[in-house]
Order: sequence, then structure tokens, then C-alpha cells
Amino acid sequence: MTEEILFKEKEIVIPGQVLAKGMGYVPGEGTFREEDNIIATQLGLAKVNGRLIKLVPLNGSYVPKEGDVVIGRIAEITFSNWLIDFGFSNFAAISLKDGSSDYIEKGADLTKYYDYEDYVVTKIVNVTSSNMIDLTMKGPGLRKITGGKIIEVTASKVPRMIGKQASMINLIKENTNCQIVIGQNGLVWIKGDKLADEIRATDAIMMIEENAHIEGLTEKVKEFLGGKQ
Amino acid sequence: MTFTRLDGRKPDELRELDAKVGIIPRADGSAMFKMGKTIAIAAVYGPKELYPKFLQDSTKGVLRCSYSMMAFSGSGGERVRPGPSRRSKEISWVTENALNSALDLSKYAKSVINVNIQLLQTDAGTRCAGICAAALALADAGIPMRDMVGAVAVGLYEGHPIVDLTKEEEDVEGAVDLAVAMLSRSKKLSLVQMDGKIEQETMKKVLKLAEGAIDKIYVVQKKALLEKYGGSGNE
Repeated sequence: MTEEILFKEKEIVIPGQVLAKGMGYVPGEGTFREEDNIIATQLGLAKVNGRLIKLVPLNGSYVPKEGDVVIGRIAEITFSNWLIDFGFSNFAAISLKDGSSDYIEKGADLTKYYDYEDYVVTKIVNVTSSNMIDLTMKGPGLRKITGGKIIEVTASKVPRMIGKQASMINLIKENTNCQIVIGQNGLVWIKGDKLADEIRATDAIMMIEENAHIEGLTEKVKEFLGGKQ
Repeated sequence: MTFTRLDGRKPDELRELDAKVGIIPRADGSAMFKMGKTIAIAAVYGPKELYPKFLQDSTKGVLRCSYSMMAFSGSGGERVRPGPSRRSKEISWVTENALNSALDLSKYAKSVINVNIQLLQTDAGTRCAGICAAALALADAGIPMRDMVGAVAVGLYEGHPIVDLTKEEEDVEGAVDLAVAMLSRSKKLSLVQMDGKIEQETMKKVLKLAEGAIDKIYVVQKKALLEKYGGSGNE
């Protein structure tokens, strides 16, 4: 049987495009196998890693994964839960136990902890197949957000903004003196001492958003940040 | 073949095709698809939570299409009565089915993906242009798809098999008009609707013609998608 790869590394492919032929290759994220062929399901950059063929999507809404840190808004409060809107089609829940390390009495006013319209940095602990999502506030860096600003970026570009071993995000933090938290869902919180710093960090992030598919982005961002200082 | 079509095209020649992706900034995905004088635009919103709740599917997402012709879009110069009609409801439904077989909505349980298709200008083949535009818009929205979808009208004009009928051609006495949607790679049919009468052997012939046309449409669709996302991607 012939085995071959039908794309160049990091080529942009479209849904339904045949990426490889032959049983020697394994379909990874964003691809599937149909008989001998491995086929893309989304528009994105196709990559080969050994025998694994995967696709990095260039667009699309956020699909929650266990362990992801996301930024969300308190949309609803029930007797036993805070319901969080983080840009996914369904709300996710933080239970009393996962919401705070304090003992919360039955019938207590939950707005004391997190009020409506508060933003929180939170982590996904469980996603069921019918998209019921549990969140937790227990963990390093998980907290209510105060001050600063929140901007929205494309969720599929978040890994690019964080960079390898957080290189990109650290670069921006160092150059702008801002605190930045990037949620995997595409919400970014930026807080700096000066408004000008926040604006500079925002511009840098929006620049990555626009140029996410370009190689050598770190250099570009360095230049961008250096140019204004 | 010696016969000529009313507008001088070859039997297997499509009208001029054009496509553009990302035309509506506030939509999650959008596209325009043009076949000659027929222009369709499609916008995709979602996935979002589906209400009323009894419509929700706990195992996969739901696709909801709506098709409508704009008031000024009629080819005869007459005003099209806006709002839903029996015809637009049927076309919305067949569009939904034509696209659903290509989509993989398993990740979007309890959600809905809305596709709005508007016809700006029409000269026959509107549901086909609508499906082509909607497929592009869905790809632009990043919805997982197992295949691209293309659609084209094929048929008989004075007994000759032809593709991409115009309004004049389909209104001729005895003409056959067959709207076909196909998955571009596997060539599986996802929509077949017919006006007129046709024999089995001729049917096979016109479907063969449709396959060739879908390939041409796929090239245009692919080009449009790559254009938005920065060419070949080999920078």
C-alpha cells in the first residue's frame, strides 16, 4: 500500500481535504480516518508529528476541556451554585464546595463571595458528554478579578499568545508591567498601574490575534513592544 | 453537440462563479456565493444554547437554517413578499438536511447553530447558491465538517443535459430542473429535488454532469477560504 502525505507542513487546509493516505498514519486532533484516508474536519494548519497527523484550527468557538483555566462572568446564582458564562453555549457551575474554602452555611447570601457580573479566573474540573460543566475556584491563581480590563480574542489562538513555556505572555508582561491572565476560552484580563501600559498590552495581544499564523511572531512582538518604549 | 444554450454557454459550463468568506464581521462565520446573477449570502451564529428547551439534543448539536429572498431580489423585477412563506420554509428544511450530513456536531450537545441565508439577487438556482454559501460560512465559523458541500442545478433543456440553469432555461416548456447537493469529496448526494420528468438513463447522465460541476465549485470554495486565511500558509 502506498503511504503519502498530501500537504506541506503548516499548510492551511479546509474541511474535507484529504491529508494523508495509508494506514501508517494516525489521525490526531481535528482529523479523522475514512478507509485509507486521513481527512481534515476544520479549517486550520496541518502538521505531522512522526506518524501522527493533526490540525491546529484557525477559527471556531471554544470547546471546554478538563483542566483548562478560563475567565468567566457570574451569570446566575442559585441556592447551591454560581453559574458562569464563559462564552460557551451552556453555563457552567461552581458548587459551594468548590467556590470557597470557607464553610458556607445553608441559605447564606452567596453574593458575598461572588456577586452577579463579577469576573472570575476558574478551572474546569469536569465536562460531561452532554456538556454539563463543573468548575472550581480552588487552585493556584484562581480568584475573583478586580480592576483592569477584559478583552476578547479567538480561542484557537490562545496557545500562540501564551507561547512555548509561556514565553510570549512573559515577554508582554515584562515589557508593559501589566498583570495578564489569558483564559483558554479567549477572554484576557489585563491590569496595569498606568492606563498607557494596559493599552500597550492590549495592542500587543491584538497584534498576535491578527498575525497568529505567521512564523517568527516573537520577534515581531518584541519589535512592536520595543518600538514604543 | 450542435445545440447552443440561450446565453451561449456549453452544456457543462457553469455561470461565472465567485465566492468570498468573512463578509459579515459580527457573525461567527459568513460567506457570499455568486453563480451568475444569483447571489447568496450566509451567516452562521453559534453554537449557542438552544431554546425552547425541548428542541435540545443531549447527544449532539442542532443545525437550524433559514432561507429568505430579499424583497428586491426577484429576477422579473417584481417585489418578493418578505417574510416566511411555504416555499422558503421548505428550502430552509432541505438546506438543513443537505448540510447536516456533512457536519459533525457531536461536540455541541444541547446547542444550536443558526445559519441565515439571504438572497440578494436571483436568477434560478437559489437554493444551490445558498447551500454553497452556507457550507463556506460553516467552515469559516470553525464548525467541524467531514466534507465540504457543493450544490448545483442540472437538468434538461430541449432534451439536452445541461448544468446550472438560468431562469429562462428552467421556464421553457418541458424543461427538467434538478437541484443537487453533493459532498465534494465522497460525491454522496445530500439533496435531490426535481421539477419535470426524466428517464432513468438521462438521470444518470445529468448526475454525472453535476459531479463535474461540484468539482469546479469546490475549487472556488477552497480558494475563497484560503484567501481569507492568508493564501497557502507557507510564509
